[in-house]
Amino acid sequence: MDLLYYPGCSVEYTAKAYDVSTRAVCQKLGVDLKELEDWNCCGATTYMSVRELVSHGNSARNLALAEKQGYKEMVAVCPACQTVLHKTNDYMEKDPEFAQLIRQGLKAAGLDYTGGVKVRHFIDVVVNDIGLDAVRNSVTKPLGGLKVAAYHGCMLTRPYGTIDSSERPTIMDRLLAALGAEPVEYPLTAKCCGGMVVNTETEKVVPVVAGLLRCARDMGADCIAVACPLCHMNLDFYQPEANKFLGGDYTTPVAYFTQLMGLAFGCSPKELGFGGELVSTGKLVAQYA
Amino acid sequence: MPRGELLKAPPAERLSPEELRRVFLQDVYALPEGERIDLCIQCGTCSASCPTASYMEYSPREIIAALRAGLLDRVLHANTHWMCTSCYTCTVRCPQKIKITDLMYELKRLGIKYGYTDKHARAAAMAHIFIDLTNKRGRNHETELMMRYYMTRPAAAMANAARGLKMFSQGRLPLPGTGKSIKGLKELRKIREALERIEAEKLAKEAGK
Repeated sequence: MDLLYYPGCSVEYTAKAYDVSTRAVCQKLGVDLKELEDWNCCGATTYMSVRELVSHGNSARNLALAEKQGYKEMVAVCPACQTVLHKTNDYMEKDPEFAQLIRQGLKAAGLDYTGGVKVRHFIDVVVNDIGLDAVRNSVTKPLGGLKVAAYHGCMLTRPYGTIDSSERPTIMDRLLAALGAEPVEYPLTAKCCGGMVVNTETEKVVPVVAGLLRCARDMGADCIAVACPLCHMNLDFYQPEANKFLGGDYTTPVAYFTQLMGLAFGCSPKELGFGGELVSTGKLVAQYA
Repeated sequence: MPRGELLKAPPAERLSPEELRRVFLQDVYALPEGERIDLCIQCGTCSASCPTASYMEYSPREIIAALRAGLLDRVLHANTHWMCTSCYTCTVRCPQKIKITDLMYELKRLGIKYGYTDKHARAAAMAHIFIDLTNKRGRNHETELMMRYYMTRPAAAMANAARGLKMFSQGRLPLPGTGKSIKGLKELRKIREALERIEAEKLAKEAGK
């Protein structure tokens, strides 16, 4: 199976572990990941906060490149990239006048995009195309006894809800269960982590992060699984502030779902980028690697 | 925050509250399904669903209330839209299917355009640095983003320095000045310039009407 891959800026550095673990699990699943050549930043939630049309123009360059390379589908691992690229598609589809403007912009650069590239999240492809049976068949070291809070966050299912329910998604729970882990009830699974606002309004948004951590612990989770570089950043990086706010020790390791897949598939911790996080995953890794 | 750092081009002249309302609605109506803003029943589902509403000077529901009362300028002065995390919970829960998150984006854009970011320079400054970096390289450069942002916020820089260094040593942050640009930088610039031209022409045409 060939998959066109849009990595996104975060996974080049801060979320490197997400990228390497995605590549590692693809190898185990027999998926050939082809990186979109010369991709550019999708604009995240930031570019469109200042310039709307240009932001979609930038995003559309990626879609144009994918179309030019003959692909009908592209997968992203970052839910923000996936949502932004999908939003450009959505706007172009719903508003022909808008689509014309974007195409005019692309044509000025010798490119074009006619709207034929569907943007999906990697977890969607794993669960719905590759399938949980194939996932189970690849498990060599089941994650038995691992109590994990599957944290879906926001943009994986919002606003489009193409993957799962926007209110109470379970796609990651199902995947983790197929790895032998025990997903705990996690009522805040789709609540926002504070996104980029944690960086600029730390003192105000830390309580949002703290709530997620406390809930995971209250529900008995040993670790939190995420599908987003920013969720990982906020939950991992800001634990000292969150613990201070909570007045207790809620320290909980955070891992990308792809890292947990890799552990269950028998990949080495190094192959999965473990060790780069701020809250140690050492105990978890020692138990399952 | 020096003005020059925040905005390269000076903001456009402030609009009267009536003009502001007109421009806001015109832009919102131009979004797909944007006209649904007229259907707001002030139920407050958006505000109740918002993870940061308790820190907003005006809640999401109050944006539309203010708009209807002709007080949108007050919202633009407030921190509301810059506290939006873009989680889209309001959007998916609105019983009238109003795309509230997109209203937040529109407020940010108007605020920057007309210079209402004085009180919320931090988030706006971060946005400008991000855009500058992605325009120059085609991709974000997280170290430079943070370094340029923290230059204006020494206390936050100190609080995060140890963790930043740890990430740095783990190879999770690129060295400043390193990191290559995409090959299609020229393409990106051409797209940007063409779309900026199109936007300017559209505005001029509307002004001439």
